[in-house]
Amino acid sequence: MALEVNGKTFETDEEGYLANLNEWEPDLANAMAKVDGAELTENHWQVINFLREYYEEYQIAPAVRVLTKAIGKKLGKDKGNSKYLYELFPYGPAKQACKYAGLPKPTGCV
Amino acid sequence: MADFEVPELREYPIIPKLKEGVMAHSSPYVAKPELQQQLGFPGEMVDDWKEKAIDTLGELTGKYRSLQVFLDSCVKCGACTDKCHYYLGTSDPKNMPVARQDLLRKVYRRYYTLPGKIFGKLGMPGFVGAAELTEEVMDDWYAYFHQCSQCRRCSVYCPYGIDTAEISMAAREIMDAVGKGQKYCNEIIGKAQIIGNNLGLPEPALKNTLEGLEEDIEDETGVKVRMPLDEKGADVLLITPSADFFAEPHIDGLIGYAKVFHAAGISWTMSSYASEAANFGMFIGSYENTRKLSLRIREAAIELGVKRIVFGECGHAWRVAYSFLNTLAGPFDFLDPNYPVPQHICEFTYELMQQGKLNLDPSANDDMVLTYHDSCNVARASRMGDKPGGQFEIPRAIIRATCNNFHDMPADTIKEGTFCCGGGGGLLTDDLMEIRVKGAMPRMQALNDVTKNHSVTHMAAICAICKSQFSKVLPYYGFEMDQIVSLHQLVSNAIILDGQVTEGQETEGEEITN
Repeated sequence: MALEVNGKTFETDEEGYLANLNEWEPDLANAMAKVDGAELTENHWQVINFLREYYEEYQIAPAVRVLTKAIGKKLGKDKGNSKYLYELFPYGPAKQACKYAGLPKPTGCV
Repeated sequence: MADFEVPELREYPIIPKLKEGVMAHSSPYVAKPELQQQLGFPGEMVDDWKEKAIDTLGELTGKYRSLQVFLDSCVKCGACTDKCHYYLGTSDPKNMPVARQDLLRKVYRRYYTLPGKIFGKLGMPGFVGAAELTEEVMDDWYAYFHQCSQCRRCSVYCPYGIDTAEISMAAREIMDAVGKGQKYCNEIIGKAQIIGNNLGLPEPALKNTLEGLEEDIEDETGVKVRMPLDEKGADVLLITPSADFFAEPHIDGLIGYAKVFHAAGISWTMSSYASEAANFGMFIGSYENTRKLSLRIREAAIELGVKRIVFGECGHAWRVAYSFLNTLAGPFDFLDPNYPVPQHICEFTYELMQQGKLNLDPSANDDMVLTYHDSCNVARASRMGDKPGGQFEIPRAIIRATCNNFHDMPADTIKEGTFCCGGGGGLLTDDLMEIRVKGAMPRMQALNDVTKNHSVTHMAAICAICKSQFSKVLPYYGFEMDQIVSLHQLVSNAIILDGQVTEGQETEGEEITN
């Protein structure tokens, strides 16, 4: 599978996750969200940017608890919970947000 | 919400009318060549796949006597037909256990029994329940052996004890051997073999996550509870599913384990090398891969010099640990013989409860009315404690000690008759969402029953797959995703640690007896 954005072609796997992490660019996230019928707001970007920073350091997406804590610090305590993250990413913050951030899909019993 | 029809919950269970072929389209993604090869399987379908599949079937029936007995002994009595949650949820007759078994059995009969060989040569194998192995048969195998969660419920009702789980495992092993493996399972097994866990959490990420949890517990209780990683000389090595580090509500269970170790004053550690309890090697029937994952646990135990191994809340892990660990990776003669090898975290907590070493205040869980979901592989493929049925009684005893409000679901849906969550056995993947949601129907119906009649608000479980699956499928049936909780989350709420600061010293909740 592939996605066309700004005249560039991005290879994705069968579930729509970016094949090559290094190719990621912000417009790709917007395009992926559009496919799901969503529009990315500033709050979505806070999550996506945190995921990318965390991945850069640890080579894995953060645990849901780590993510909620970090978002709580950035956006206020009332937003530091999974309920808020599910409002932003209804398909699940770990999976949907990782996809937009260009990260691989978390695997295992999750 | 869904692009398929979500089954309706009824007041009482019904056996659905057959709808032939309605789930034939449900097949998971096939593993890419590099994922296949790293597990020792061909990258893609080999040219002589038919011969290779038949040969592998012969090898397996030679190696596993049980498999041959299961393939030979079915008398088509029909006792299993309405026992599979996937049949009840989909109405597809190929999800009846006997029909699922027959997908493999008919090929076995064609190539490995005398009547099958004779009538096969005459061009009428169907006369004796045999069939040629064709591409269509292979497609059916791939679809329907990935609609079995290997939960073994059907085997409880089979007068011969035929275990469809074992037949499914054999079928998947044959498919792997010819180059048609499942992406979800095989990718995960590869990660666990290279990084040490199914999620692919490297040591620094694990460390960072555990440190964060230590901070959370201290913020909440005022007590420094440790989450040790790779600490040599600890008494206990805890092996837990990596979902416990990552997902909700799993992580609350992990916090519960840590509090129990802390309260008991027993030194413990986790291992970054063996940071996974779940053994997906079993799902694909691969002895070699199951063994490789088990050996990591042995190596970690030796390296860290521990005296005991305790397993966290993980259903299939406990099957492998309880039933096979000793033969896969034993002998464990270097561990303390005074304790079971290995021990389940529920046994561990229960024993401390018996000794009066845990200070528990069940009113801490008064905001919930609990029920308990017996995870299939704990219920039907293992045991806990030293009495038959301990795997049913010990978790319930822990719930009763930590919660004032508990009601079991209807009797034919719990204990040895428990319904699978719908996501076990390598099916917990987004590409199988339809079968996962439909297969959850019998459990959702039972939950609905106690919700209506006994005001149950939450369901506890001791399996990472069950917890993830329910978080996902509960909303399809009108429940909230956070109605599933970890059993040790209840312990975590109820336990009072020495020196713990309780919030405003609240008044005790009203006690409701059941």
